[in-house]
Amino acid sequence: MAKTIKFTLDGRVIEAREGETVLQAATRLGLLIPHYCWHPALGNPGNCRMCNVEVEGAPKALVSCRLYPKEGMVARSAAPAPRRWQSAALEFHLVDHPLDCPVCDQSGECGLQDYYMNSIGRYRSSMRDNKWHMGKRMVLGPHIMLDQERCIMCTRCTRFVDLISKSHELGIFGRGHSQVIDLVPGRVLDNPYSGCVADVCPVGALTDRDFRFQVRVWYLDWTDSICPGCSRGCNISAHTSTRRPWQNKGLRLARVKPRYKPEVNGHWICDEGRYGFLNYDSDRLGKVMRLKPSAEELSWEAAAAEVSSALRRKPAEGLAVMASGRLSNEDWQAFQKLFLEKLNVRRFLFAPEPDQVGAEDELLRRRDKAPNLEGGKAVGFGTRIASMSWDSLAADIEAGKVWGLYAVDRDPVKVWDQRGHELLERLDLLVYQGPRKGLTGELAHYRLPATDWLEEKGHFTNFQGLVQPYRQALKPLGAAKPDWAIFEGLAARL
Amino acid sequence: MAMLPFSVIRPRQGFVERTYLWEALHGLIVTFRHLFLNLGRHLLRLLGARVAPGAVTIQYPEQPAVLGRRARARHFLLRRADGFPRCTSCLLCETICPAKCIHITAEESPDVMVEKRAKSFDIDLGLCVFCGHCVEACPCDAIHMDVDQVELSSYTRSGMIWSLPALMRGKPQGGAPS
Ligand code: SF4
Ligand code: SF4
Ligand code: SF4
Ligand code: SF4
Ligand code: FES
Repeated sequence: MAKTIKFTLDGRVIEAREGETVLQAATRLGLLIPHYCWHPALGNPGNCRMCNVEVEGAPKALVSCRLYPKEGMVARSAAPAPRRWQSAALEFHLVDHPLDCPVCDQSGECGLQDYYMNSIGRYRSSMRDNKWHMGKRMVLGPHIMLDQERCIMCTRCTRFVDLISKSHELGIFGRGHSQVIDLVPGRVLDNPYSGCVADVCPVGALTDRDFRFQVRVWYLDWTDSICPGCSRGCNISAHTSTRRPWQNKGLRLARVKPRYKPEVNGHWICDEGRYGFLNYDSDRLGKVMRLKPSAEELSWEAAAAEVSSALRRKPAEGLAVMASGRLSNEDWQAFQKLFLEKLNVRRFLFAPEPDQVGAEDELLRRRDKAPNLEGGKAVGFGTRIASMSWDSLAADIEAGKVWGLYAVDRDPVKVWDQRGHELLERLDLLVYQGPRKGLTGELAHYRLPATDWLEEKGHFTNFQGLVQPYRQALKPLGAAKPDWAIFEGLAARL
Repeated sequence: MAMLPFSVIRPRQGFVERTYLWEALHGLIVTFRHLFLNLGRHLLRLLGARVAPGAVTIQYPEQPAVLGRRARARHFLLRRADGFPRCTSCLLCETICPAKCIHITAEESPDVMVEKRAKSFDIDLGLCVFCGHCVEACPCDAIHMDVDQVELSSYTRSGMIWSLPALMRGKPQGGAPS
């Protein structure tokens, strides 16, 4: 067992692991010592001076982010003297701070506000000089904006671009009082992880551009979820705005923030996942429809009866099924039961669409942009059963070998383009099931509305084989049901 | 919403209650107490005594109502020099409002020192309870309730929702502007 060091903090005996600082040990145990510049993934430059503690025998204040405990050491962070030092450090941070809280998007989750209201605010300024003005609402890149006045020079953002994204777009310019964060000349903050600098910034200096003025953070509901953007399966927190529907332009999903998971994504997520949800509420399906031969809205019972008999109308050899890696493990189970066990289908397509293959890097992003192809493998898709390619399926439809197609959240028209319309018109039966209409939804005989990831709960298996749960954040729209429930409804009638 | 039937337990009435005599007399006592109290005050003041003034009847609505200095009437949004509301759309009033009747959306202000301003500001005066919390919460002193306009009525519910231009108009006379 690793060696531990026992010391006392505020009267409580703490066991620090070897190599841990006082601040790290305290934070691990949920004890709050104020801090700005230390970040577990970005090191401890010791420049914010907020984490001051008093150590018995030491002649002066020590910063706990750089203090390694000694056996039997007695430290205090909440006693009057260290509180006074911390509050003096906070007062220095606020010397030129604009106190823009009414218009600042960080308000409500700001490190300055938190510590100020939590016992170390002075509530009386001893400053007589006017505040310095610096750059405001500066656009740094496609996603991030900077307010230099609100910055407290903790250097977390520059350390992020130096150590994590290794793209070095940000730098510290000037000295002393006139020191500011800014872009390195000629650069734009456009690395694939640029959104993370807004997360690490403890104040409202770096904020999201797409979230700007949309909704106050205290109206958001946080739900633990998994990013459906690629097979990494980053742990995220989905922040939804449903209490005040006139805010956030009426959209229910306001923003996505990373959730710490050391073995998957650490503290970070990529920009594609963070900002790629803007179409979440668009083009959504909420009605169970038969579109051909006659258009009519159906109940789920009627639709299940009609679709299940239509699936049986001709031999299963001519039936093809498309699914995507967007299905959860629960969906894959029910999918397998319906199409393999009950219907004995032979033609499956779960290969990615061309735009589901993308950029990959060492940090997080994976080439495979579907979150859960791995979950399909667990029930045989991709191991026992191979996927057809888009071309071979098109050829089979062309040759008249396929009479029916069941597309689950896939858009063949998008892939096959002009030819797609002709191919799908040839089919005797086209069932489309998914959360969004897409191009294929228009051509289907039956269109079944499914919930999207935030409206259901389930599990994704990531590329490492880790099964991770995501929770329900929103109510389903209209009659939409989770995919597994639709599959089970059909299977019950076969 | 389904209505649940429930029974009201009425208090048992004795002989005194059933004759109504005592309650009628009680009412008369209250009325006459006010009459003689006010009469007495008016008379004493006529004779030069410094007692509290007696009650006066105002012929409302022919005569305008007299409101106390701290009376809370409908809201009034103050303006900046550029004609836009002073409100920076911080949503503190919307947050504190117990009736949830304030709806604000924000937009970018061209003035960098203002940064954020209200794009729309709606108050549903049909829901407002005139508590004044919104005035207290505002960090910009942008919202007042001192225009002394209490005659707020409309033939429709939506007519009770006041929006930006109307809320910025000072002390108008009479009913809600269309
Ligand atoms: S950074 Fe914090 S303290 Fe500063 S204006 Fe924003 S919310 Fe207020
Ligand atoms: S912009 Fe934010 S993260 Fe960067 S130094 Fe300033 S306060 Fe720290
Ligand atoms: S007076 Fe009270 S109820 Fe009316 S808008 Fe203001 S906070 Fe809401
Ligand atoms: S509290 Fe004042 S500044 Fe804030 S939204 Fe309300 S009226 Fe506007
Ligand atoms: S956290 Fe210790 S000095 Fe900043």
